[in-house]
Amino acid sequence: MTCRVLIGPGKRAAYVREAAGASQDLHAACQLTSMKLSLSKVVSGCRLGTLTNLGKNGVQTMELPGCLLYTKTGSPPHLTHDTLQAIKGVPAVVQLTLSTLVELHEVLEEYKEGIGKFIGMPESVLYCSLHDPGSPCPSGYNNNKTVSIWGYGGRMEMTGSKFMSMQRALQPDWIQCLSDGDTISGETSRKRAKKSVDRSLSFLDECLQLQEKSPELQGSVMVGVIEGGDMLEERLRSARETAKRPVGGFLLDGFQGQAMAKETKLKLMASVTAELPEDKPRLIHGIGKPDEVLECIERGVDVFESFYPYQVTERGCALSFSYDYNPDPEAAVIKQNGIQDAGKNGTEKDINETSKADPEITSFEIF
Amino acid sequence: MAAPSSCGPALSLRVVAECGLSKARACELRLPHGPVPSPVFMPVGTQGTMKGITARQLEALGCRICLGNTYHLGMRPGPELIKQANGLHGFMNWPQSLLTDSGGFQMVSLVELSEVTEEGVRFRSPYDGEEILLTPEKSIEIQNALGSDIMMQLDDVVSSTVRGPRVEEAMYRSIRWLDRCIAANSKPDQQNLFAIVQGGLDPALRTKCLEEMTQRDVPGFAIGGLSGGEAKDRFWRMVTLSTDRLPRGKPRYLMGVGYATDLVVCVALGCDMFDCVFPTRTARFGSALVPWGSLPVKNKQFAKDFRPIDENCDCPTCRRYSRAFLHALFRSETAAMHLLTVHNIAYQLNLMRSIRESIVEQRFPQFVRDFMRTMYGSRERYPPWAMEALASVNITLE
Repeated sequence: MTCRVLIGPGKRAAYVREAAGASQDLHAACQLTSMKLSLSKVVSGCRLGTLTNLGKNGVQTMELPGCLLYTKTGSPPHLTHDTLQAIKGVPAVVQLTLSTLVELHEVLEEYKEGIGKFIGMPESVLYCSLHDPGSPCPSGYNNNKTVSIWGYGGRMEMTGSKFMSMQRALQPDWIQCLSDGDTISGETSRKRAKKSVDRSLSFLDECLQLQEKSPELQGSVMVGVIEGGDMLEERLRSARETAKRPVGGFLLDGFQGQAMAKETKLKLMASVTAELPEDKPRLIHGIGKPDEVLECIERGVDVFESFYPYQVTERGCALSFSYDYNPDPEAAVIKQNGIQDAGKNGTEKDINETSKADPEITSFEIF
Repeated sequence: MAAPSSCGPALSLRVVAECGLSKARACELRLPHGPVPSPVFMPVGTQGTMKGITARQLEALGCRICLGNTYHLGMRPGPELIKQANGLHGFMNWPQSLLTDSGGFQMVSLVELSEVTEEGVRFRSPYDGEEILLTPEKSIEIQNALGSDIMMQLDDVVSSTVRGPRVEEAMYRSIRWLDRCIAANSKPDQQNLFAIVQGGLDPALRTKCLEEMTQRDVPGFAIGGLSGGEAKDRFWRMVTLSTDRLPRGKPRYLMGVGYATDLVVCVALGCDMFDCVFPTRTARFGSALVPWGSLPVKNKQFAKDFRPIDENCDCPTCRRYSRAFLHALFRSETAAMHLLTVHNIAYQLNLMRSIRESIVEQRFPQFVRDFMRTMYGSRERYPPWAMEALASVNITLE
């Protein structure tokens, strides 16, 4: 079973089937010839590696663990291409969100050349996720056939086919598959957790089929979404079933927010990644603080979002921390050179200002 | 080409070329922070920053002098802190030249209850409610702390639409305040104090003001009290009257002028330096400046327009982004304003560069004709005041 790779005139690779065979294997083979994960080391559950052959030209790479460049409507908040260039170490993979782009469906269909060129990032590797991490979605709007996306104009119901139609217009490199992650507000019943898994698997199968029929998306990688709320059984089922499909990577979804107890979160994460193949990246949404990032890395997660710096910015703070992380949680020491120092050295006026500041302020930032 | 003439210990001006027909000239100013070619447009960075772009971006666009605002910076963060930060240059991390205005205009435009007396301007600060008295001495003290290359005198500002004895009073007071400012300047070797010619729209008053002020030993002159909503045909007459009576060897700064047509005409009338919030402000409102007018990119009509703002513009925005993307971005992201700001500043600076080139290459009148045609399309649309003004300096439009 081989895939013959055709490079069109100055455009992206198109894959051509040479022989008939199980479409699943073929699909996986095609994707494996594109993105590749090389693990160089695993230490106490932490994976060190590189993703290669990324992007339309297949030449981009990403170090793991790593993070995505957070954008809204295709732009890093407040930054332009020029100001972004002034920053060292900008992530190679850009995170787009469907919620901030969904209103551009018609425009992009007419544009035809894909979201990367439209937003002025023709060379970047693009990952399209469903929701903007900064704006959590209201609960209760998904059903067996649709998932609701909250755009600037309000709620939009996405069926599998509408979702894939949008992806055809976007042409991202990585696609978070349409999934039901509505398990993060308060207590999730077993029934609801099961639904999130069933629906997401159903969407995955539907979208993979649609992807096969879409020439524009032959070079794109589908990221399978692992759901299941806080139910271990459901999480394991989701992980195992999703891993059977020809996905290029996995997203651990439903770990956003405060509803799940920290212990539960971490245990579930570890259980999930244990079920996943080594050679495909594991993404997670909703984790941003440095200590939490490190905890997830210890449990086999590779790729993170970077909306946390944006949140810190919006409350007028600057990130500032030096950090000793001890994998033994009981002995963990965090040097807080942020708020406490400001309180000590500042005048009374400063202290008052600090206490009036946003209660969300973490120990990693200064006001 | 003349040799540079010394306008003062901290400023020299060299006339590089003169238009044979009109009063336009191309010069090179030498300020403490470097050379500035003129005619020059100075973007306004009110609170020590050009809103939405970095000092480095501004410099990369070719800007060699920009404005900071004494009123705003004097209130917040205040001269003491800026002094500690190595002056406004250090505070902003801006390596090129800076011009600060006196704070006078804001007192009138921003502050509702302000009272002008011979002493100074008394008003209530909107920042903390305190009562402030801004005197010529205080204004210069703040500007000395800011360390700008060019400082403006505190003038008694009167709206150009005001008539009657107040105009005359303000004119004479501005002369007296000029003398007080000159006396108060603690760094004449490093900072250039410019006079501001007043007199409203009255030729006699303006002439009197020019007579008096040109007798003072200042390195440069500004033409003030205009560009405030007065009728254009009175405006240009005051400009040309002023440039007729200002010394050739010193820069002429026309305050508050920034619309493209106004810039071109006033260069023809002999002005060297300009400032205006318009290009940067209009960017933040979603309008991009182009040689044929302006594009309100936030309007629906641009939603599927995949061309850059201006195909002939080489700025970072036009090289990478389309009108359609800017339109989509403008709805929710500040980055859209920043991108438009970059373009609009590039547009202004490019316009000035083209003007200057045409003067140096002895083809300024033709440049003006081409400019007007591109901007207005046909002769019927040319603004009459502009045609008159240009005709007065021997530039006829076809």
